[in-house]
Amino acid sequence: MSTDQNILVKLNDAGLQLNNKWLVKGVSLQVEKGKIVTLIGPNGSGKSTTAKIALGIYKKIGGSVEKYTNKVGYVPQKISIDWTLPLRVNDFMMLTESLNKDTIDEALSLTGVIHLKDKNLGDLSGGEFQRVLLARAISKKPDLLVLDEPVQGVDFTGEIALYELIKKISDELSCGILLISHDLHTVMSATDHVVCLNGHVCCSGSPMDVAKNNEYKALFGEQASQILSRYEHKHDHIHTDEGEIKKN
Amino acid sequence: MFDDFFIRALVAGIGVAFVTGPLGCFVIWRRLSYFGDTLAHSALLGVTLAFTMEFNIAISVFVISSVLALILIQLQKKTNLPGDALLGLLAHSSLAVGLVVVGFLTFIRFDIMGLLFGDILAVSVNDLLIIWIGGAFILLTLKFIWKPLFASTVNYELAEAEGLNPDRAKAIFTILMAAIIAISIKIVGLLLITGMLIIPAAMARNLSSSPQSMVIYSIIGGLLSVIIGLFTSLEFNTSSGPSIITAALLLFILSLFKIKQTIKLKN
Repeated sequence: MSTDQNILVKLNDAGLQLNNKWLVKGVSLQVEKGKIVTLIGPNGSGKSTTAKIALGIYKKIGGSVEKYTNKVGYVPQKISIDWTLPLRVNDFMMLTESLNKDTIDEALSLTGVIHLKDKNLGDLSGGEFQRVLLARAISKKPDLLVLDEPVQGVDFTGEIALYELIKKISDELSCGILLISHDLHTVMSATDHVVCLNGHVCCSGSPMDVAKNNEYKALFGEQASQILSRYEHKHDHIHTDEGEIKKN
Repeated sequence: MFDDFFIRALVAGIGVAFVTGPLGCFVIWRRLSYFGDTLAHSALLGVTLAFTMEFNIAISVFVISSVLALILIQLQKKTNLPGDALLGLLAHSSLAVGLVVVGFLTFIRFDIMGLLFGDILAVSVNDLLIIWIGGAFILLTLKFIWKPLFASTVNYELAEAEGLNPDRAKAIFTILMAAIIAISIKIVGLLLITGMLIIPAAMARNLSSSPQSMVIYSIIGGLLSVIIGLFTSLEFNTSSGPSIITAALLLFILSLFKIKQTIKLKN
């Protein structure tokens, strides 16, 4: 298979303008099968907007989006559910696609919330709800997963386990993942490609490349740069006290 | 069998309740009660049109309500007025225009009370056909758009992101609202149609834990309201619409006791 056939979604110079102000502009990136692309950047840098552009939620955008699949799982950053709806976890799992019992049970077990299956959605805690959201997104075995801060509000041990799960899913289903995260520590070990946003793409590449980038350092500080690079432990280099990297 | 006016009213009311049940749930979930009211107010204009052109009432009401819904959508896009102000503007101005037109129609014998509050004497065999065929069509369409409509009611972006086309579902639902108003006007009356949509569904909300069960309870509540209401109307010579809605209200009040019990059990 050529690389082109592996592309699930591709943004060409995409952006979104709202009230004569660009929320994000000139973003080009692509998500391929089995790859994890992570968007990082400060608050208001356009990460969620970029994810929504990739999902085709906005109709009037700058540039273009090419989407090659309709099997998409989405975990939005903010979700406000109206509690006038009587909705149990089980109903919510089948929101956009009818699934059989085993598929639902499997997904809920993977994210550790199978015991909540018959609970009302309104009775869940923030972390529990987040796990249900992730279970719903993966249960339909999508080609493309878009995860906008998928582990917010999840306890620390759960967070690590969920990131491992996301990595596992990407390998097993060979689905492409577009991930947004603030947590540089946990994410970077699994990411194939990092896009650093600040209203535009300030830099992109492998986690190592981005960590070395000066713009990235300016945006996140020297420490963040160390965090990123620490995950590339092939031992072909050492870290000096100044945060510089020396080749062995 | 349909010779008796009361049997006709009963069959008509039952047909209406089957459709208002599920539609009413969506009216509550999507917070559309004022929208329903606005469409219903415009129905008077549709009725007067039907009388002047000697046209079928249900069809003409359906057309006018759909046009009003389109105007509303356009106004929402083009003005800075808040949604509720636009709804009020359209509801009252279309009712006013309708009443003014009624004033001009002195040459036609016109039962305005029957129109506003429903009249069990007014249901013809023709109306039965419109209610049951139209109702079946509404329910089938609703079944067809259920998934995108429900998913976008829970969360618009999820539905859009996962390829369900919620905008189309919303547009179709608007047409269905106009259709239900058109078919229920004879039996419930145009001022009380929204009550028929909301009250059984509100009762159902108190009793149910899933969307499906809410729809079923809502239909049952509507059916009971219609049957109790129409018998009351026959017995005490009251207007059919208010009688049905009062019955629905009583059922709603009863459903509140169920909530009390559940809360007690939880503690």
